[in-house]
Amino acid sequence: MGEHRRRSAQTTGKLFFLSVVQTEVPPLFVVEFLHRVADTFQDYFGECSETVIKDNVVIVYELLEEMLDNGFPLATESNVLMEMIRPPTILRSVVNTLTGGSNVGEKLPTGQLSIIPWRRAGVKYTNNEAYFDVIEEIDAIVDKSGTTVFAEIQGVVEACVKLSGMPDLTLSFMNPRLLDDVSFHPCVRFKRWEADRVLSFIPPDGNFRLMSYHVSSQNLVAIPVYVKQNISFLETGSCGRLEITIGPKQTMGKTVEALMVTIHMPKSVLSVNLTATQGSYTYDLTTKALIWTIGKLNPQKLPNLRGSLSMQSGVPKPEENPSINLDLKIQQLAISGLKVSRLDMYGEKYKPFKGVKYLTKAGKFQVRT
Amino acid sequence: MQSLKHDFITRSTPSACFCVCFINKTNCAVDYFCFLFSPHRHDDLKEMLDSNKDSLKLEAMKRIVAMIARGKNASDLFPAVVKNVACKNIEVKKLVYVYLVRYAEEQQDLALLSISTFQRGLKDPNQLIRASALRVLSSIRVTIIVPIMMLAIKEAASDMSPYVRKTAAHAIPKLYSLDPEQKDQLIEVIEKLLADKTTLVAGSVVMAFEEVCPERIDLIHKNYRKLCNLLIDVEEWGQVVIINMLTRYARTQFLNPNINDEDEDDDEKEKEKKAEAAAMAKRKPYVMDPDHRLLLRNTKPLLQSRNAAVVMAVAQLYFHLAPKAEVGVIAKALVRLLRSHSEVQFVVLQNVATMTIKRRGMFEPYLKSFYIRSTDPTQIKVLKLEVLTNLANETNISTILREFQTYIKSMDKDFVAATIQAIGRCATNIGEVRDTCLNGLVQLLSNRDELVVAESVVVIKKLLQMQPEKHSDIIKHMAKLTDNIQVPMARASILWLIGEYCEHVPKIAPDVLRKMAKSFTNEEDIVKLQIINLAAKLYLTNSKQTKLLTQYVLNLAKYDQNYDIRDRARFIRQLIVPTEKSGALSKYAKKLFLALKPAPVLESPFKDRDHFQLGSLSHLLNAKAGGYQELPDWPEAAPDPSVRNVEVKESVRAVGTVTYRDTGALWVFRGPQKMEGSEESDSATASDSRSGSEESGSGSESESEEDSESEEEEEEKKSKKKELKKPVQESERCVCVQFAGLSLPVEPAPSPQVTPVNTLLSNSLVTDLEGLSLSDSVLSPAVSTPHVFALKNYELLHRITGEGLTVEYCFSRQPFSPDANMVAVQLQFTNNSSSDTKSLHMEDVKLQSGMRVKEFPEIELLPAGETASAVMGIDFCDSTQAANFQLCTHTKKFFVSIQPPVGELMRTVFLTENEFKKEQGQLMGMNEITEKLTLDARCRNEHAIVQRVTAAANLSRVPCGSDKECRFAGRTVTSSSLVLVTVATREEGAAQLTVNCEKMVIGTMLVKDILLALTQ
Repeated sequence: MGEHRRRSAQTTGKLFFLSVVQTEVPPLFVVEFLHRVADTFQDYFGECSETVIKDNVVIVYELLEEMLDNGFPLATESNVLMEMIRPPTILRSVVNTLTGGSNVGEKLPTGQLSIIPWRRAGVKYTNNEAYFDVIEEIDAIVDKSGTTVFAEIQGVVEACVKLSGMPDLTLSFMNPRLLDDVSFHPCVRFKRWEADRVLSFIPPDGNFRLMSYHVSSQNLVAIPVYVKQNISFLETGSCGRLEITIGPKQTMGKTVEALMVTIHMPKSVLSVNLTATQGSYTYDLTTKALIWTIGKLNPQKLPNLRGSLSMQSGVPKPEENPSINLDLKIQQLAISGLKVSRLDMYGEKYKPFKGVKYLTKAGKFQVRT
Repeated sequence: MQSLKHDFITRSTPSACFCVCFINKTNCAVDYFCFLFSPHRHDDLKEMLDSNKDSLKLEAMKRIVAMIARGKNASDLFPAVVKNVACKNIEVKKLVYVYLVRYAEEQQDLALLSISTFQRGLKDPNQLIRASALRVLSSIRVTIIVPIMMLAIKEAASDMSPYVRKTAAHAIPKLYSLDPEQKDQLIEVIEKLLADKTTLVAGSVVMAFEEVCPERIDLIHKNYRKLCNLLIDVEEWGQVVIINMLTRYARTQFLNPNINDEDEDDDEKEKEKKAEAAAMAKRKPYVMDPDHRLLLRNTKPLLQSRNAAVVMAVAQLYFHLAPKAEVGVIAKALVRLLRSHSEVQFVVLQNVATMTIKRRGMFEPYLKSFYIRSTDPTQIKVLKLEVLTNLANETNISTILREFQTYIKSMDKDFVAATIQAIGRCATNIGEVRDTCLNGLVQLLSNRDELVVAESVVVIKKLLQMQPEKHSDIIKHMAKLTDNIQVPMARASILWLIGEYCEHVPKIAPDVLRKMAKSFTNEEDIVKLQIINLAAKLYLTNSKQTKLLTQYVLNLAKYDQNYDIRDRARFIRQLIVPTEKSGALSKYAKKLFLALKPAPVLESPFKDRDHFQLGSLSHLLNAKAGGYQELPDWPEAAPDPSVRNVEVKESVRAVGTVTYRDTGALWVFRGPQKMEGSEESDSATASDSRSGSEESGSGSESESEEDSESEEEEEEKKSKKKELKKPVQESERCVCVQFAGLSLPVEPAPSPQVTPVNTLLSNSLVTDLEGLSLSDSVLSPAVSTPHVFALKNYELLHRITGEGLTVEYCFSRQPFSPDANMVAVQLQFTNNSSSDTKSLHMEDVKLQSGMRVKEFPEIELLPAGETASAVMGIDFCDSTQAANFQLCTHTKKFFVSIQPPVGELMRTVFLTENEFKKEQGQLMGMNEITEKLTLDARCRNEHAIVQRVTAAANLSRVPCGSDKECRFAGRTVTSSSLVLVTVATREEGAAQLTVNCEKMVIGTMLVKDILLALTQ
């Protein structure tokens, strides 16, 4: 293929997607497209792995054929693609072998012609439902003494919309001022957002990410838990000590769930001998990752992990203590205080079932030690 | 590499943007397809392809495609496959296309067999079939069919369907790569397609333009404004291509908006040039071309795109084109991208690093977003470090250094080395912290990790060069390190330092040389060179002690394996050791070796990256990639802007000029199905009227003046009057121009209570003007009231959400007769739709506990265009909680809510001055709230104060002896608690506001409201 200037590679799990570029093209254009390809495979096959691609090599070919024309992206909305090439299901493959049918849609891809290419035409449901999940992640760096070095909240509104026809939805928030920086699915009308701070859109069918946002940095970020830690490596005797306690800090009266602690130990830590008052821990000898799965945080009885670390002898003690990565979930709470006030639907006559869920998670939550 | 590889090369023409393949990390090679590929198996496949059963054909094609995927040669099946090109089954057909495109170039003659099928397809009544036929036809790389392709492309370019035209645009680069001779004809097609008005075509044709004739910038002129306006509705990939192209275009057509900022470059020459330019600019102040502004304005919302490539494209556009003051907007969006996948992060950080060198201020507020996590990959860490270093200045350096201290302890040693370098750079750039940094680095010299020590030595060396005399003890300390440090670069650095500053360490230097002479043979080359260097310098300064040592070292070097070292030894011997033969140079040896050397400049590797267009592959590689278009410099004088003026358009228009995101509200009203035609006429007239007004300006200069004027006006209007939604911005713009011309006093309505007027179909200036005047008149209260001031109207139901029905309400401030505890709310219904509305009533009232509502009597009929009013009563229980209910017509239900301002929750009460004082005396302490304020300039007389307070709250004036004080009294509607307000004025607009009320919440809220009324 002539001289190749550069490869843009990316991973999803164990798979690398590689694209060969010969001429000037914005790198993010390529990277973004490859991600879109990976996402499409995910949508089609449920996972994006080597076996799946090998098993479905024909569909993969057909998909790429529709997604690229002469190196220029064509149809990248999975809604449109699904209309043209049906995703494989067990039932269909059985039917296909019996009847000689195919997984290419007989219908022509009219979605591609539409001015709203993300929505299939003629959607029909018996139960019309629209669910929105407001998911917020706290990114934070907390230093040794427990002061917050950096914290911010990133959020997304994930939607699952199963509505018949061409519904035109308007989602409004109680406190849109909180949102500092937003990015939208192409279906959202910028003008309405700028003027009225409401999300007005004709949704794609099925699951999609409606919006992602950043909460303005003026607002103080509530840190839901505190970590008391003491990790030390002794100069002599090739061993170390570890003690970690986690307690609730600003939880807004909700329970912290799915609490998990990950510590990447220095290479010289051979094994650990710890006791946890709650949950269980594992130590992976090859990756040196100590994972302590705690579960629900009980404010009356704080979870504690303590014990000793045994080190490789003869190796100087590590000069840095490993940092602690936290994972947690808080149901029914958006930590920024963002609230959806209402969802209105126009354009269709039926009454949809509507629901909003809130969830707070730890994003990149790191405690330095 | 043993890895299993699937290549998915789609349309592998040389001009292809990119192709995709997947490589598996694990190297398992399961050849389960193998059994299919023994030669005699192909007969089997042929048989299947010849059968008349679609399922067999399909099975065969699937196997063949799998073969191609595995990289096996399936070309001998060509005749059997090509026969199936006319197969009815779509999947078979598609797979045949895949095969055909892959092998047509090898089997040119046979490929011709399929051409007639495609030619037939090009005439199919279904647009999708026409498009797909063109797509495959243009992908068959057989030179013989070039004329056929050319014809097909030309025909498709004037096809009815925008989708086919889009495919035609895609076919252009394919044909161009097959036969570059066709360029001129293809440019004609591109020109034609550029004039296309559909969003579907825009992106693809610009892509073709970029590949075939990026130099023909003149083709863009006429389409520039259209492209800017369509941009928001083009699909995301097209947006990237268009934005990048427009960046280049703007660089050739507009003036540098930063021309008057002299402090931009520190470079001397640059400055001179700038001064010249600035002098020129002073004669003629910079006015931004309205088209330049248009581009900046229309790309800005795209910063909100979910597609990182689009965001990056807009960011680079702003970086290269926007006035300095406006570039800041991109920082937030770029910082957002840092949350994305690590590949995206990598690219974005590279660009941010380049930007921070030029425009540091822009990212300063986001400093913390670049803090490094231990889980980041190393290359991301290093880039973040780069950005942090670029952002460092006097004010934030202490924070940054504290962060750096944490990083130094990291386990990732490459990263630690980069951090030490970064500290060195901060130290050179910011004089104040040089000593602190140096001390910190010296401490690192005792670090256990050799790499850290080595890196520190290298950096310290650079820092010491700046002021060596102060730091002889550091040099001594480092001299001691030679015993321990093994890293060659660090050893070399120490030796150089000692040699260079041997006069500061006269005792130690010869000793170091002695040690080095001992180990000379075992050293690395760079260390050897520095030993020779040290020896030479010592010989020159202290020949007594070191003469023999130097001789010894030079002798060792003479027989070294490395010729560089031998050369150096020979050269130095001649230079420093005086012999008869040595020439005049040796007299100057001292000057040669011990000349004062300038301190090194530690600078960012990203310093000169910005001569590449940001966001480009070339920028990422820091090398020019094939097909890279240089970003031109700004022109000295702007080319004629009138080239972008567009003639009044022909009436026939392509189908499907539809905008979606830009026009928001329209949808609700008409629904998507009806959009096509009507919207089209909107945008059409808009562009017409615009170009008309533009042409009215006589010369280019006067025109630009007029435009800039309207620009300002527009900006102003916009900020005040967002409520007036216009479908197309352009028409708004025209109105402004017109206003300026007519010198009408444009005093836009103070916003919230304006009823948006019927601007939806505002096709002409006239309707727009009417609209504006209408909106003004709405201000005057529709209900007659006993008060002197206008009652504030609030919107209950917007005409767009209400599908033509507008409902406004105001608090009439009259007692509500059925129930004295209720607040009277006057509703005004206007039916703007074309049909009658029947049985207007309310339902499903949702209230906070204790609240009550008296519904308004049902309005049986509201004919189209008519207005009706009704009164309802609400008992708010002295709280500002909203009353929610449904407003129902015979067909629709609307959720609405009424929330009262606190001032409407009271009724007037008449008190005498004495009564007022007595009551006030009882409401002291917790019940009294006092606030100091500065009165608005227009509100310094008694009359104005009274008017503003009574407008904000339903209170009555209490007579007062002093003219420095105004007093008001009222009672809350439900609980009849007294509310007393005093405004005491002082010198120069200072005033004090006192509110006494038993209900503290009401009091606090009232203070806020009145404060607002008096200060604005």
